Amino acid sequence: MTGHERDMSKRLTRNQMAWRAAQDMTNRSYVNLGIGIPVLVANYIPAERSVMLQSENGILGIGPAPAENEIDPYFVDAGGQHVSLAQGGMLTDSVGAFTMITGGHIDVTLLGAFQVADNGDFANWNALLANKGPLVGGAMDLAAGAREVRLIMAHTTREGEPRLVKQCTYPLTARGRAGRVYTDLAVVDVTKSGFVVREMVAGLSRDELAAKSGAPLAFASDCKTLAAPDL
Amino acid sequence: MFDKRVQTAADALAGLKNGDTVMLSGFQRIGAPDTLILALIEAGVKDLTIIANGTGHPGSGLAHLVEAGRVAKVICSSARGRGSEMSPFEQAWFAGKIGLELVPQGTFAERIRAGGAGHAGFYTPTAVGTDLAAGKEERRFGDRDYILETALTADFAMLRAERGDRFGNLIFRGSQANFGPVMATAAEITVAEVNHLEDSPLDPHGVHAAGIFVDRVLHVPGGA
Repeated sequence: MTGHERDMSKRLTRNQMAWRAAQDMTNRSYVNLGIGIPVLVANYIPAERSVMLQSENGILGIGPAPAENEIDPYFVDAGGQHVSLAQGGMLTDSVGAFTMITGGHIDVTLLGAFQVADNGDFANWNALLANKGPLVGGAMDLAAGAREVRLIMAHTTREGEPRLVKQCTYPLTARGRAGRVYTDLAVVDVTKSGFVVREMVAGLSRDELAAKSGAPLAFASDCKTLAAPDL
Repeated sequence: MFDKRVQTAADALAGLKNGDTVMLSGFQRIGAPDTLILALIEAGVKDLTIIANGTGHPGSGLAHLVEAGRVAKVICSSARGRGSEMSPFEQAWFAGKIGLELVPQGTFAERIRAGGAGHAGFYTPTAVGTDLAAGKEERRFGDRDYILETALTADFAMLRAERGDRFGNLIFRGSQANFGPVMATAAEITVAEVNHLEDSPLDPHGVHAAGIFVDRVLHVPGGA
């Protein structure tokens, strides 16, 4: 077994990462989830907490995914998935939806990302793919406008390159706006003094985590084990 | 008597000409005026500047319009096709045959709002310090940096709504509204295709786009 394969067994799955991010969603908050791993978070928000999920195409209050025979073709989220409307939800247009976003009315946005720097800069919109056009969507508006910007991403690329870095090499989404980062190995906060690890998976040393990161890591005095149910 | 109903798509597009700027509503294909876009292709106009959120899902009216070579430039927030195959837009763009102005989606909506409301532009913190702020005036208000974004207007706006009346009032359903109501305000001529076209006025409490902004309404039965 190679070292890389041994590491893989310790990493959280996408669902476990989403579960962990969901545990930080507070009762009576307004949240926008990005496309990809972020939307999985909706499945794991603790039942006793009311969280109103917003979609930038004009839905405030995304409900559970509809059963096949309950799909209403007029209701899709920003990622094009069929959705239902939650109790207390409402419909608006793009201007209304982005007023919620850029006006600071969204408490938390959780976004996928390619890279995050230890000063809070992050990159998530342009992977510079060959033969694919650029897509920015609402990423920059969410990054600039939400009260809190959290990121969810693999700790390293498939090739093992760090995604937590000193300086982003991909085109930036925003400067200095990233707060908490959920990875498959750790929960890391971006602070004024750089990255601070709050939780990390068991069986991984601090040196090993640091070696997978491209910027210095500090460890919280109460740094905990990052654990999630089997998902 | 107010009667903005038109009988054919050709009537709906009367006055459209080469080089025009056209706003198209729709997000993830919901609210896209595909019947009007197909009529626009039939009409043979070219060198269009298209203002739309995306560059056209596979099989959509906008994808066909781009494929037909009628579009000179697209102003949008997403220029990426679905799946691994290149979209008609991506093929044209990488071949240098079509222009692109990529705009953050909230800025895109607000630029159209500014155009419809008579404002020249606005300062926003969105995109500050990124590639999409290149060449734009930056100004500090309080403790934050903003960039100047300018208004968008068009010769035509084309929308799809669920319900319309002869006064031009429109009602949307589900996530169908998206850019429709604001685009209606920002064009010289706004045309809506609607699933239900009613002779009697719509319930005034529920109107989403006011008839003052809508010039022509075409009955096109169908879905979202």
